[in-house]
Amino acid sequence: MAAAQIKRMTPYMFLAPAAAIMIVGLLYPIGYMVYASFLDWNPSQRIGEADFVGLRNYVTLLNDAAFRESAGVTLTFSAIVVVVEMVIGVGLALLLDRNIRGISVLRTLFILPMMIAPIVVGLMWRYMYHPSVGIFNQTLKEWGFEPIPWLSDSGWALTSIIIADIWQWTPFIFILALAALQSLPRTSLEAARIDGASGWQQIVYIKLPLMMPVLVVTALLRLIDSFKVLEVILVMTNGGPGLSTEILSLRISRTASEFRELGLAAAMSNYLLLILLTLTVIMFVYNKVVESRAQAIRQQAEEA
Amino acid sequence: MSQTHERQNPAFYALVFALVMMAIGPIYLMLTTSLRLNVDIMSDASALFFMPTLRNYETVLCDVLWYTPEHVGYCDPTFGRALGNSLIVALISTGITLIVGCMAAYALVRFRFMGRGTLSMTTLMMRMVPPAVLLVPVFGIWTFQYHMDGTYAGIILVYVAMNLPFVIWILQSFIVQVPIQLEEAARIDGANAFQVFFLVVLPIIKPGLAAASIFTFRIAWNEFLIANALLDRSTRTVPVTIVNSLTEYDIDWGVIMATGMLLAIPPIIFTFVASKQIITGMTAGAVKG
Repeated sequence: MAAAQIKRMTPYMFLAPAAAIMIVGLLYPIGYMVYASFLDWNPSQRIGEADFVGLRNYVTLLNDAAFRESAGVTLTFSAIVVVVEMVIGVGLALLLDRNIRGISVLRTLFILPMMIAPIVVGLMWRYMYHPSVGIFNQTLKEWGFEPIPWLSDSGWALTSIIIADIWQWTPFIFILALAALQSLPRTSLEAARIDGASGWQQIVYIKLPLMMPVLVVTALLRLIDSFKVLEVILVMTNGGPGLSTEILSLRISRTASEFRELGLAAAMSNYLLLILLTLTVIMFVYNKVVESRAQAIRQQAEEA
Repeated sequence: MSQTHERQNPAFYALVFALVMMAIGPIYLMLTTSLRLNVDIMSDASALFFMPTLRNYETVLCDVLWYTPEHVGYCDPTFGRALGNSLIVALISTGITLIVGCMAAYALVRFRFMGRGTLSMTTLMMRMVPPAVLLVPVFGIWTFQYHMDGTYAGIILVYVAMNLPFVIWILQSFIVQVPIQLEEAARIDGANAFQVFFLVVLPIIKPGLAAASIFTFRIAWNEFLIANALLDRSTRTVPVTIVNSLTEYDIDWGVIMATGMLLAIPPIIFTFVASKQIITGMTAGAVKG
């Protein structure tokens, strides 16, 4: 009897530690954050002492020009970064999807930028963008061009951080796209080749549509992650000059630590989560559509 | 893969070469800068030829070296201590996450709690939460309710909780592939559930464990934001000390690049040792669905 009891309890014993840690370390803090967004709260107060202010934090933020600018910078940054990285990454994958020596070496080296600490990536790029000792301006000077104020001009700063992000994350898309390409059903490609489809036609009508489900998920993961980029920008520009590179994550951390407005920072976090949730749902629905289309193409190709 | 390689247009090799240069160029630049004296960094001339020196590394590590480098006038113990802190935090977080995550993944697969769909959905939702969003609640709760600010236990709890969804999810995709007959055989020989798990299942899913531990270690080792909010002078990790030593002007590039290089070395080693597992971990999410 006791043995049966133990047997029945086993799954719960296996699950309990993970469940406990996630509740204490993740779910409770997130719930707490939702609650904190309705408070007027500064870091020296215990949460019980903070005043309940209802939706005031949310309204304040909507009327705050700096917050709106920051949200705009975040959306611009993410949109550009995702589009450019998808185009380059998928393009390279299509180009390099063949049996050449060294492709595995390339993949290994390509992971490096993603594995290294974002702080260090920021450091490297800040050094390269350095107005006098940086490699970019030194090269420009050698070739007789004017040096570019990479990080100190508000027009250039956003471009500079976008370039750094593209360097760091295009390999991610490349690796996923290559994996998707190599798992395509050989029969469909074979059928298309026998029917006399040219290289371009194969890409446009067979490969891309079949890869689409994976590509949408890839773009979604990259989009989510691009909202989390913080350390690289913190090290390179700390949000400046002005507010030109202050993405939302950075603004949240500054509102909490510099302006000491925890309630406001929590409300901002909620806005950020809402934006992310909306984008995720849209991509998810789109993915379902694309998936059924890919299925149809696969069947067609196999029947033909 | 024992395929024969087709002969390709040399242009492709040129492209691959250019891509490799682009990928590792900045890292190489960081390495060479860390091996230079500040005088050399600031002078325009001779970018290619210089005497490599380990002085910057000696400055950074003066506290933990067994000898006293003569060029270091005042030894700043901050970095040596931070390196120790980072190692403790990252290793313990990885250990706990793996043990707890493994058990949960096993229970989810073998005792059919939730479907794969629910689990992937949860993982995706958790991935959606930026660390910046956790900043406010973690700071508030850890300081006022758990009283764990400035302790290793506090930051380790955050990292374990942050990594668990992903680790459970990746491990369960490996555990699904373990043949159930193997476990049944062990059970007939008289092993209990825990013995089956530790002696039969764990050895089989080693590649999954490698991928999961690298991803966890990387996050705990590299994370800055929450560490910055929670830790105090004596428990600070390396990323926090790097950001603190960055000033607007007059940065000692040689020393700071040496610090960055030291922070980058463990992930670089992992990449070369286990690139296959890392790629599996990255692609598992999107490609297999």
